[in-house]
Amino acid sequence: MKISTFTGAMLATTILTGAAAAEDVTLTIESWRNDDLAIWQDKIIPAFEAEHPGIKLNFTPSAPAEYNAVLNSKLDAGSAGDIITCRPFDASLALFEAGHLADISDLEGMANFSPVAKSGWSTDDASVQFCVPMASVIHGFIYNKDAFEELGIEEPTTEAEFFAVLDKIKEDGNYIPMAMGTNDQWEAATMGYNNIGPNYWKGEEGRLALLAGDQKLTDEAWVAPYRQLAKWGAYLGDGFEAQTYPDSQNIFTLGRAAIYPTGSWEISGFNGLADFEMGAFYPPVQNAGDTCYISDHTDIGIGMNAATANPEAAKTFLNWVGSSEFATIFANALPGFFPLSSAPVTLEDPLAQEFISWRGECESTIRSTYQVLSRGTPNLENETWNASVAVIKGDESPEDAGKRLQEGLASWYAPHQ
Amino acid sequence: MSDPNTHRKIRWHIIVFLAPAVLVYTAVMIYPLFNTLRLSLFTEVDQQRVYVGLQNFRTLFGDTVWSTQFWNALGNNFWFFVIHMLVQNPIGIALAAILSHPKLRFAAFYRSAIFIPTILSFVIVGFAWKLILSPIWGIAPGMLDAVGLKSLYAPWLGKEEYALTTLSLVSVWQFVGIPMMLIYAALLSIPDEILEAAEVEGITGSAAFWKIKLPLILPSIGIISILTFVANFNAFDLIYAAQGALAGPDFSTDILGTFMYRTFFGFQLQLGDPHMGSTIASAMFAIILIGVCLYLFGIQSRMRRYQF
Repeated sequence: MKISTFTGAMLATTILTGAAAAEDVTLTIESWRNDDLAIWQDKIIPAFEAEHPGIKLNFTPSAPAEYNAVLNSKLDAGSAGDIITCRPFDASLALFEAGHLADISDLEGMANFSPVAKSGWSTDDASVQFCVPMASVIHGFIYNKDAFEELGIEEPTTEAEFFAVLDKIKEDGNYIPMAMGTNDQWEAATMGYNNIGPNYWKGEEGRLALLAGDQKLTDEAWVAPYRQLAKWGAYLGDGFEAQTYPDSQNIFTLGRAAIYPTGSWEISGFNGLADFEMGAFYPPVQNAGDTCYISDHTDIGIGMNAATANPEAAKTFLNWVGSSEFATIFANALPGFFPLSSAPVTLEDPLAQEFISWRGECESTIRSTYQVLSRGTPNLENETWNASVAVIKGDESPEDAGKRLQEGLASWYAPHQ
Repeated sequence: MSDPNTHRKIRWHIIVFLAPAVLVYTAVMIYPLFNTLRLSLFTEVDQQRVYVGLQNFRTLFGDTVWSTQFWNALGNNFWFFVIHMLVQNPIGIALAAILSHPKLRFAAFYRSAIFIPTILSFVIVGFAWKLILSPIWGIAPGMLDAVGLKSLYAPWLGKEEYALTTLSLVSVWQFVGIPMMLIYAALLSIPDEILEAAEVEGITGSAAFWKIKLPLILPSIGIISILTFVANFNAFDLIYAAQGALAGPDFSTDILGTFMYRTFFGFQLQLGDPHMGSTIASAMFAIILIGVCLYLFGIQSRMRRYQF
């Protein structure tokens, strides 16, 4: 009897270990966040694997600019990973429509997200959800606190104060007033136009009106941000025309510039580089007392390759991504990427706290060009890059830029025809 | 007693020896080429590939959104080519002429030094020059300052009027070794007897170069021109490495290669469109084909050759 129990136990263990070994699957994660490789490997992956024995994760990022092209080719060739990091809106929607991303509307973890958070990764009628919202980024300005103290200036809250501050820094001459270049083009649109713009078009109100065709890009609300950008050129460093994004990052973290128009995603990188204290202010409003609007952009989602060999394991992982545990690890490992889940999360980084506190003070919106409007040719997002650069350099007037973009949009977007 | 000439045996060894090259070339060049041409006749409607004939070409040349980009890219490509023809090839010939001078010391060293950039990756060249010319960290402003010419400095890669010319010159710097080597080889193959005979007639020095050597290396110059043409109209890497897929500023450095890449694979929020991308690739193929044919039938066949 004793022996048979023992044998039974032995057999049971063999079967169990056998089962466990058979279950040991590796999920490969596609991502463009190569900056986060260390965080995934040191924090996120061990935390998940400790809780879910039998599932291994392999994080394989590629360069951000190439990600979409690389991913599309891999998916078409059938060699893409099990888990796909999703760009918001059309890029992922196209992948879903092509049958590359699985429908995960039924996932339990999905209950933790608000409709706004989910909007970046659902079909136009919001009926099907294909990626779990992971993080958003908030736009604003980071500044060098030491420089501000040295010059005796304070965070500007209105546009007039903002330009007074810039003038003062320029006059002093020790610092470049603002670190931004136009060589890579996207900063001008993302950190320029879409950063300061929501204050003019009143966030979601204007964005949805533009989507519906009730407002035009030639309206004052959409041209005014260009008018402000046109004034920026004078405050950027020498040769800003050939200054790249990494150049700007370095200029600011080396303490050579006072203000850096940006998004919260820089926080984790800058914390390690800058040896001065950093502060942040949201885009200054037009007149004192105006409601402030911030771009709180849904930026990263995560979904499942429809062709994965391990759908169950992939779902387990996605559910975990929707949990508050993941949100806490992620938010603190990567201050500046704010979790979208409604689950409460405590942030430790002061700069990240500053950014996220604006959610209480200001109205949130997302980047104006991302939903639907960049679906056609010409592509509104790419055109906005181009127009923002041209306006900053003074090659095109704000009115002409608005007119050109409106013509391009009207050429294919029915509500504007 | 049969006559060996009555029935010829199939010479299998020819087929066997040709097979590997033909198969590999077909798989990696001929098949993709024709498949690209085929793809340009289709488009995608609701996830289905639909045959549309020449509609894509009509869009490319008829729709102003596409055609302005196409002509801009083609124009830039011509300028890229013109700079190579006017700067790279004359300098290459001059360098070869100097190198082949029998009294030049360290000729082997110069030859290698000038040729080395050619074997560097585009990415290295692109990033290195971007750094050299950078207004912030670059050594170009400092060097100009040292000789009192700081006023001549401009952020060249960021200015629409200079960016393409600057990148063309970077490409010239990288590839000047190729015409130099080809011409150098051609110059070495000119028999000494001819030069000696010319010397007896009193033709020496630069006269010998213009009257004897240059006519003899003309076929090589023709080959170099056509190689430059093909390489320039297929170019992509340097522009992509230095300026990215949007070929800034304001598309002033956009050439057919970057235009094709952006369309085919997509960029940022712009989704890839393999069918329009193939259409552009087919147009590039046609342009290169026409260029090469013009050269082959218009120039090459009329060129005089000298046998020694």
